Amino acid sequence: MQIGVLAVQGDFSKHQDMLRQMGIESQLVRTPAVLSKCDGLIIPGGESTTLTTVMQKHGLWQPLQEFGRRKVIFGTCAGLIIMANEVPGHPHATLDLIDITVERNAYGRQVDSFIDKVKLELSGASSVVEGVFIRAPKIKACGTSVRILGYHRQDIVAAENEHILVCTFHPELTGDERLHRYFLHKVSRHIHD
Amino acid sequence: MQNDKNMKIKIGLAEMLKGGVIMDVTTPEQAKIAEEAGAVAVMALERIPADIRAHGGVARMSDPTVIRAIQKTVSIPVMAKCRIGHFAEAQVLEALGVDFIDESEVLTPADEEFHVDKWKFKVPFVCGCRNLGEALRRIAEGAAMIRTKGEAGTGNIVEAVRHMRAVQGGIRRIQGLGDEELVTEAKNLGAPVELVREVKKLGKLPVPNFSAGGVATPADASLMMQLGAETVFVGSGIFKSSDPVKMSKAIVTAVTHYMDFKLIAKVSAGLGEAMRGLEMGAIPEEERMAGRGW
Repeated sequence: MQIGVLAVQGDFSKHQDMLRQMGIESQLVRTPAVLSKCDGLIIPGGESTTLTTVMQKHGLWQPLQEFGRRKVIFGTCAGLIIMANEVPGHPHATLDLIDITVERNAYGRQVDSFIDKVKLELSGASSVVEGVFIRAPKIKACGTSVRILGYHRQDIVAAENEHILVCTFHPELTGDERLHRYFLHKVSRHIHD
Repeated sequence: MQNDKNMKIKIGLAEMLKGGVIMDVTTPEQAKIAEEAGAVAVMALERIPADIRAHGGVARMSDPTVIRAIQKTVSIPVMAKCRIGHFAEAQVLEALGVDFIDESEVLTPADEEFHVDKWKFKVPFVCGCRNLGEALRRIAEGAAMIRTKGEAGTGNIVEAVRHMRAVQGGIRRIQGLGDEELVTEAKNLGAPVELVREVKKLGKLPVPNFSAGGVATPADASLMMQLGAETVFVGSGIFKSSDPVKMSKAIVTAVTHYMDFKLIAKVSAGLGEAMRGLEMGAIPEEERMAGRGW
């Protein structure tokens, strides 16, 4: 099973560290050629406008969209934004891979960034994890194809559909492996289906 | 240090900016150009460093009008500079809601002995350094990101290279030391021994390490990334070039694909004139900015 981490911009090295901690050596993905060798992909946190601009310019956008229709992608924060089907006020196209409506920088500026408890519901097991929210987006609405996996207070902070797993916070900054492990299971289930 | 919740949030934003370009801008129009080119953040200034250098006089924090106008125009993080040691300017910038404060040698220092106590703030700080000791002193004061100073406003990469090599060389040196040698090393560096131990353990700085001061071309950006920078600040290099739109996009590409030399060759072609630049020998010692900060 080959896992890739999109390395166009953002905290991709933190995701790579996290996977390494779990015994998985991942590939940094900057080109369609490397992407095509992967079974699953992580799109890290970063700046969504930068990620979009750079990928559209260098031929990674289309391959990524096709990848997400056939294979499993896990997106954190900016990764969630670029995969959402609707981001009101966002000047860029999105990959339209998961039916959620997202508000960018929904909590405010950096001085409003915070760490707080998040409730996760993964594979029937409930847990509370530390959520690091950095200029984070909010999931304002989910379509019927989407399953909710986590809440911070009333806000939906983690969700999935058949191929796509997303969260608005940064598990890669806390060392808590639960969501990454869930992603790896999702990839391996998908390969064997 | 990473266990401090507030620090984790501050370093978190610096992590999100990795692999990107942070551009100096002076107007909302320039900020828009930067965002559209793919900048991860902008530094809101009244004057870019090359003009500060030419203008002379005391350089201070920007007018809040400039900062607000830029905050309204772009959705990427907006940074701003305060003078070294001028904690009141920093308090004002925090009140304006800037996303990162650069306690910068580009402005005229307000305190020739002490830097701002950055632990007191909720907003993260970036500080410049010329070597490992200086980097660790700033981290001890609460900086969440370190950048090389280089020599701002020159378009000359030589000082940024010197500073990045000094930091990386200092880190490699510590890794070769025995544990019993670390206290003396800390004394020689003028840095807390806890941070020296952490550097030995991590093999890098405990906060992201960016580069600034003299980047003027895509190849300059690639050079700094290959020397160990995790993101590049470009000050005067973009809006002092003859085609800022093209130059900004080319530098973004060169940072993402800093090892893809065919691609860097492609984006470097036909960029027009890069900023004219200054030879270091042409700048009198007292006019050099990198020497500010202690």
